[in-house]
Amino acid sequence: MGTLYEDIVDYGGEVFGKEHMETLMLCVQCGKCTGGCPSGRNTALRTRKLFRMAQEDMREEIFNAPELWFCSTCFTCYERCPKGVKTTDLIRIIRNLAAKEGHMSVPHRMTGVYVLKTGHAVPIGEPQMKLREEVGLESQPPTTQKYKEQLEQVQEIFRTTHYDAMIDFDWDTMNLREAEGGEKK
Amino acid sequence: MSEEAKEYAFFLGCITPNRYPGIEAATKRIFKEFGIETKEMVGASCCPAPGVFGSFDMHTWLPVAARNLCIAEEMGLEIYVTCNGCYGSLQEADHLLKDHPKLKEKTNEVLGKFGREFKGTTKVNHSIVILHDVIGLDKLKERITKPMNDVNVAVHYGCHFLKPREVRGHGSSEDPYIMEDLVKVTGAKEVDYKDKLMCCGAGGGNRTADTPQSLEWTRQKLVNAIEAGCDCMVHPCAFCHLQLDRGQAEMNKAFGTTFNFPILFATQFLGLAMGLSQTECGLDIQTTTMPEKLLK
Repeated sequence: MGTLYEDIVDYGGEVFGKEHMETLMLCVQCGKCTGGCPSGRNTALRTRKLFRMAQEDMREEIFNAPELWFCSTCFTCYERCPKGVKTTDLIRIIRNLAAKEGHMSVPHRMTGVYVLKTGHAVPIGEPQMKLREEVGLESQPPTTQKYKEQLEQVQEIFRTTHYDAMIDFDWDTMNLREAEGGEKK
Repeated sequence: MSEEAKEYAFFLGCITPNRYPGIEAATKRIFKEFGIETKEMVGASCCPAPGVFGSFDMHTWLPVAARNLCIAEEMGLEIYVTCNGCYGSLQEADHLLKDHPKLKEKTNEVLGKFGREFKGTTKVNHSIVILHDVIGLDKLKERITKPMNDVNVAVHYGCHFLKPREVRGHGSSEDPYIMEDLVKVTGAKEVDYKDKLMCCGAGGGNRTADTPQSLEWTRQKLVNAIEAGCDCMVHPCAFCHLQLDRGQAEMNKAFGTTFNFPILFATQFLGLAMGLSQTECGLDIQTTTMPEKLLK
């Protein structure tokens, strides 16, 4: 484990390219991100502060800040940053690193459970099947929830990337592991 | 585009087919009207939600998105979507995989476990852009049988329709025009309102992390539209639809408010203007109800 900046560049670089991630160090604290942030007016999220903390290697403080999860990824700051800091992508990568170290709330882990069970973060149930019929559609769409062999491909991806382990998924109960239940943060 | 039928693969995602089938039905009906055939993507999954799964593990998000792209590639068709989340996820994945050969190789190693391969032969389109750019405003205008002449509309874009510009390619994210054009083609008035381009509050796992807090953004958005004299809100995103429509019931319960501000996906609004019934558009099976003004 290097500094937070090094980890961001290494890990995020694999997806976005290293140069994209290195823009973190271009932040000069002008605050344009925070000024236009729809979350910042309602929550403790201060994007400018977050990037300063990241530059200063304040890993634990960032990973333990609840507001890290109050960014809606709206990309407003990403478009407006006068220095070209790839803000939203940096926030997502910081979140990835936090999640790897176990900072992931139960509701967030549950979205993974739904996908592992059905292939959908928002699965269909009987009442919604009736709604589909009311507008003249097949009761069940032809997706992973309908075709087990297709769902198994998505499950295979989650196994391969160890997403199942990251959320403490129990394949026997197809749910979060009870023994370690509760807020994992 | 030529006159002959064009086929697209419809990537359904989660919210459209599993919560708001009216969006699916209205979009398919309108596309068919204009000679555009919709093919089902058998075995498609969650896109998966870019701000959610992308926030937890990009290396899981990417192959799941790539697998969905593969389905369309195998069909030999371009994709259309009805949700900005799906648009964001699939278009970004497609873009990243086409730009980064090593990432593509790594992703294909995962997909190869079940015999699939991302080749980079499809394209991800938003249904709203197909309406605007492929069908076109002139043809749409010819089919408006119930003009919305006295209706004031608040356009809501959602975030991932326009941003990031370098991926979406729809021009300015501060002064957009696509949704405005589609609203105006019905004869309705597009009304500017405070913070028009503000997020609905749902994205990035924010709704999942703290629903009441996310609904406060939604409340502000709706109040701004109502105060500007708007009769309804028209948007291009199934996930925003969930937050803006069902969110009103959640707010009324949590905050004691009495919201019933009509929320319509763009094809539902166009559908009404083209003479479809509110039942055909699925507008009578959602939380907010449609006023007579929109139905006459």
